[in-house]
Amino acid sequence: MNKSGQSHASVSDVLGMATGALLGNKIRSALTALGIIIGVAAIIIVMSIGNAAQALILQEVQSFGARNVFISPGRIQGNNPMSAAGAVLNQSLKQNDIDQLEDPNNVPDAVLVNPSVEGSVSATYGDQTVIETLLGSGAHVFDIYNLTIAQGSAFTKTDVDSYARAAVIGKNVAKDLFGANDPIGKKIAMKGQKFSVVGVFSSSNAAMIGIDDMIVVPYTSAQEYLLGGIHYFNEVVVQARTVEAVPGMVRDIQTTLRADHNITDPSKDDFTIQTQEDIMRSIDTVFVSLTAFLTLVAAISLLVGGVGVMNIMLVSVTERTREIGLRKALGATSGNILLQFLFEALLLSIGGGIIGIVGGLGVTALAVAVATKATGIVFPFVVSWMGIGLGVGVSAAIGLTFGVFPARNAAQKSPVEALRYE
Amino acid sequence: MSLIEIKKLIKIYSDDGVDTRALDGVSLTINDGEFVAITGASGSGKSTLLQILGCLDRSTDGSYTFEGKEVSSYSDAELARIRNEKLGFVFQSFNLLPRLSVLDNVVLPLVYAGVSKKERVERAEAMIDLVGLADRRGYQASQLSGGQKQRVAIARALVNNPKVIFADEPTGNLDSKSGAVVLEFLQMLNDQGRTLVVVTHELYVAEAARRTVHIVDGRIDSDQPVAHRRIIAKDGFIK
Ligand SMILES: Nc1ncnc2c1ncn2[C@@H]1O[C@H](COP(=O)(O)OP(=O)(O)O)[C@@H](O)[C@H]1O
Ligand SMILES: [Mg+2]
Repeated sequence: MNKSGQSHASVSDVLGMATGALLGNKIRSALTALGIIIGVAAIIIVMSIGNAAQALILQEVQSFGARNVFISPGRIQGNNPMSAAGAVLNQSLKQNDIDQLEDPNNVPDAVLVNPSVEGSVSATYGDQTVIETLLGSGAHVFDIYNLTIAQGSAFTKTDVDSYARAAVIGKNVAKDLFGANDPIGKKIAMKGQKFSVVGVFSSSNAAMIGIDDMIVVPYTSAQEYLLGGIHYFNEVVVQARTVEAVPGMVRDIQTTLRADHNITDPSKDDFTIQTQEDIMRSIDTVFVSLTAFLTLVAAISLLVGGVGVMNIMLVSVTERTREIGLRKALGATSGNILLQFLFEALLLSIGGGIIGIVGGLGVTALAVAVATKATGIVFPFVVSWMGIGLGVGVSAAIGLTFGVFPARNAAQKSPVEALRYE
Repeated sequence: MSLIEIKKLIKIYSDDGVDTRALDGVSLTINDGEFVAITGASGSGKSTLLQILGCLDRSTDGSYTFEGKEVSSYSDAELARIRNEKLGFVFQSFNLLPRLSVLDNVVLPLVYAGVSKKERVERAEAMIDLVGLADRRGYQASQLSGGQKQRVAIARALVNNPKVIFADEPTGNLDSKSGAVVLEFLQMLNDQGRTLVVVTHELYVAEAARRTVHIVDGRIDSDQPVAHRRIIAKDGFIK
């Protein structure tokens, strides 16, 4: 016997005993791993899908142009996009502003200016009537939002200038009003005016959610015939020559509009300019809180999985305590016992964690594929490393705590005490 | 030098504030090669004594020297080492790991001893063969009959080539035929020079030993050689 009394069992022998114990009780091992698998998979699915949705929206926003600047009437308080609600009622943006903004002497970096108005309208064809969102817009709307036409064509600047009664409609509107018939060239009645359907949009894209249920007409005819002869706009989009030109252009727009509105004190501005960056930042904010919420939900499922693991391990404490007593009687040291249980817990946590990661990513990939197929929008497949880290970390902690802690208690008993345990 | 020497050994269990004096000043010397039966009524303290002799538990007071060294001076890890190298155990309830194979059960003490994989398998197989279970090596322990389980336990107790084997009611859970086989083994081991300490409350098991120590209420009541020793292999076994 050596003086230190250290056991000679090698680490690999102890690892072998740990695997033997896990394989010897397959059901217990499987149930324990299952708790970990469910928790890890849940957190990865939630966080990866959250990240995918966020990436998709940001990518779409990006794709319709970091060169775009959005002017809305009224003043937004602070950085909160929600307080813009009141701005809709504000009538500060008029045709004269558009003319000034289009003047290269005022805003030299602007390549296009597109005003728009919004409302809702009822449209009738034959005996079919629908109530839909109306967008009255300049002819640049199709380029700005990357809207593609499935049938017919878009309206043009000439149509806008001539107050043309021309409409491009979403595919749901087309289906509701015309069924299987070809809508192009048909006349629909809105507010007692006959508008000719010139085009039908192809399916929606994320930059313009809801396009399937919209009717888009020139802003001139919308203001004149459909919204009761108003002369203001709800939004104006100005596009800069380059992304780099955006900050300078924003200043030019401010100068132009303040001059136009006789404003000297910037804090009294009756318009608000938002850049792509502002919008992305507010989308980010929304998603951070959404992802945080979903993560909480997933964390709860991880916890539930953890409680399952804990239960199974505690239920087997009696059996395992006797086993520990016997092993000690046969010459195991407390160190041998702890190492074995540590290995068991690690193997279960790592094994369960890996299956959970693979399963979670598999479900995510499937969900992304289904969403892409169903919507026609290509969802990106984003792996949430934070989700993986969190899931594996928490499950390992649970496995170690509930696997090793009872074993530590049992290992401290004398062999007799542990053998007698019930 | 005697192998085992205890003096005025006292063991008090404290459970929920209730003290039980299970051993009340036991002094005893056991020499190399003896076969001692510890007898007495249920609750008299036999198992307690055996557990302390087997270094599975510590006494409350008194001295215990094993091979001339005071056991209370050993650390827990050193005691583990002594159990592993010098002692073998056979329990009434077998205490096999039910989900492991016969071979894996028997190999266990050798794993903790750090014996190489090849050697420990050879040694374990030799012991399993010795107890007549060569055809059951790969069976799960839970698939065996009681008598077979106890033979596996004996193989496990022997595999480290210990100085002493401690057995607590080794035939208590067995029918007479299996019990006879187990007792026969124990006698054979003693004939080969191994020291045996067997706890029993049954006379015919005690008659297989060479010396009986009778315990009453935690004290030694009598300590004498067995007058008419029963040789199981020759005389058989009547329960
Ligand atoms: N772990 C324990 N805790 C409390 N009391 C015990 C414990 N083990 C044994 N005893 C008590 O000690 C006495 C002796 O028990 P034991 O040595 O098992 O007797 P035997 O083996 O002769 O039947 C009994 O009264 C028993 O109830
Ligand atoms: Mg007893």
